[in-house]
Amino acid sequence: MSVRLTKRPFLGRGLMRAAVALAYLIVFAPVFTIVVTSFFSQQIVSFPPAGLTSHWYVNAWQTPEFLRGLLTSLQVALLASAIGVPIGTAAALAIVRGEFWGRNAISTFLLAPLAVPGVVAGSGLYMFYVLAEDFLDRDVKATTQGLVAAHVLLAIPWTVRLVVASLQGLERSAEEAAANLGAGPLTVFRRITLPMMRPGIVAATMFSFIQSFENLDISLLLVGPGKTTLPVAMLNYLQFRIDPTLAAVATVQILIVGVLMAVTDRFVRLSRVV
Amino acid sequence: MANLSIEKLTKRFGASLAVDGLDLSVQEGELVALLGPSGCGKTTTLRMVAGFLPPTSGRVMFDHDDVTSLPAYRRSTGMVFQSYALFPHMTAAQNIGFGLEMRGLTTPTRQAKIEEALKLVRLSHLASRFPRELSGGQQQRVALARALVINPKLFLLDEPLSNLDAKLRAEVRVEIRALQQRLGLTTLLVTHDREEALTMADRLVVMDGGRVRQIGSPRELYDEPQDAFVADFVGRCNILPGRRENETQFRTESGLLLSVDTGARESKNATAFTLRPERIAIHPGAEGELSGVVKAVTYLGPQTEYHVSIGQGTFVVVRQTPAAHEPLALVRPEDVVSLQWDRKAPRLVPQTSS
Repeated sequence: MSVRLTKRPFLGRGLMRAAVALAYLIVFAPVFTIVVTSFFSQQIVSFPPAGLTSHWYVNAWQTPEFLRGLLTSLQVALLASAIGVPIGTAAALAIVRGEFWGRNAISTFLLAPLAVPGVVAGSGLYMFYVLAEDFLDRDVKATTQGLVAAHVLLAIPWTVRLVVASLQGLERSAEEAAANLGAGPLTVFRRITLPMMRPGIVAATMFSFIQSFENLDISLLLVGPGKTTLPVAMLNYLQFRIDPTLAAVATVQILIVGVLMAVTDRFVRLSRVV
Repeated sequence: MANLSIEKLTKRFGASLAVDGLDLSVQEGELVALLGPSGCGKTTTLRMVAGFLPPTSGRVMFDHDDVTSLPAYRRSTGMVFQSYALFPHMTAAQNIGFGLEMRGLTTPTRQAKIEEALKLVRLSHLASRFPRELSGGQQQRVALARALVINPKLFLLDEPLSNLDAKLRAEVRVEIRALQQRLGLTTLLVTHDREEALTMADRLVVMDGGRVRQIGSPRELYDEPQDAFVADFVGRCNILPGRRENETQFRTESGLLLSVDTGARESKNATAFTLRPERIAIHPGAEGELSGVVKAVTYLGPQTEYHVSIGQGTFVVVRQTPAAHEPLALVRPEDVVSLQWDRKAPRLVPQTSS
């Protein structure tokens, strides 16, 4: 009897481990494939490799579209999160703390961009920008500003979601304790509420940045000549050539996102926020 | 420190009255406990005193100052929260220093006071720890120090012991009480734990449904409850409904006659017989005034609890555990025993007073 009782959980644990391993495999297999093929020497990817080379990285570096794309992407992602995160944070505060009619509607509205397919949102924005150009009598659709505005729409819902979650888990009594000790409402917010929201805001910033940095579908119609983002540049390249240069660019992209997540994780345990 | 007086304090949430015309005063240096089941209005009362909730009507006075419309941050009360509510991003010392900083004290003065406060709660060695690096008991002491270091007019405790384990709770109870008496703190304590209230408070306020049921010293409430609710809430109690038969007898609903001699103190509309379990003597055999059958014997270490059925009722009797050779030690379930009590011990009270 006792043998059985100990054996069963053992079997269960084995299955559990296998399932976890499989999940990791599914998640990391494409990443792994990309990183590995970026070092294969032959032009058409095949296995086994004819040899190993770092040539594709040199090639990527020397392709001006990629370098410019990388800089544009970094610039847009930085600006979009710098604008979107404060707006999203303010909205999250109003949604969780405010007592006014229509809070739920606002929350749904702000999260809506997540539910709209990127291509649809991109096309809609394109048409909106064309109208705006007529109205404002200036360029909107192929400008960095236009692109940043579109990416702010990515940052806001992610920020609202993450900051609302962190605010809901936040204990109000710490704020009451501060008031009890003589802190007025503004001081309470600055000294207590804001620092306690920090993990949520940091995570929101990181997610907004990544969402913008790797976004293809919304950007597709909004980029201008010579101002393409990195994902759009990659797609353009793919239309004419297939070689491991793309894998090399993708590896760099993965590296940037990976480093960003690792750095963020040092400040706030991501697993606790997301 | 100040006197606290609460006058006709009322709080209405929508259709329900959370606190209904409460009158209460706490003298300087006195510890008053608000005791009652959850939803009785005790926490709402405390929050109105602290200034977190605006009352619907009534007044809160610190000495002769009406503070009813003053926001929490201008009231200068020191509150210890149930969850301690420490600032997670500040060290123990920074937590304690926060209130001093708000009062605009200079860094050296602040430092001296923080050290003094840390010493008071014996935490000097943990000054630079963050709350998450402290045990529950240590966090609670930081919360105490933080509330006291500002020299508050009023010390407010909201279920301060409920997050501690049983052993620690008994220790901290004594510690807080000693501190409160030594520093002469005017204190309002909210608790649902009768033992906590009985051991710590100078006076107890038993609340139910937003109203005060009875105010008195722990002993008064325990020995002379005004109604069956108070009798039951302040401690374990045998409560049998019925009516007074004559000067010396009470007839229960099941027809049992119980002896009482409570003089003129009883209210005329007494409908319940109340008797504390430890006031009943129990003897093996049926040669007493009232005999019954033992249903259960529970050994609790220093005490033993007997459930004795008499007619249709059950009496709970708690006695000091008899030594092994005493006849009472041999009593088992289904044995016949007799019960006796001092006739002055029972109280005849209304089921509930209005």
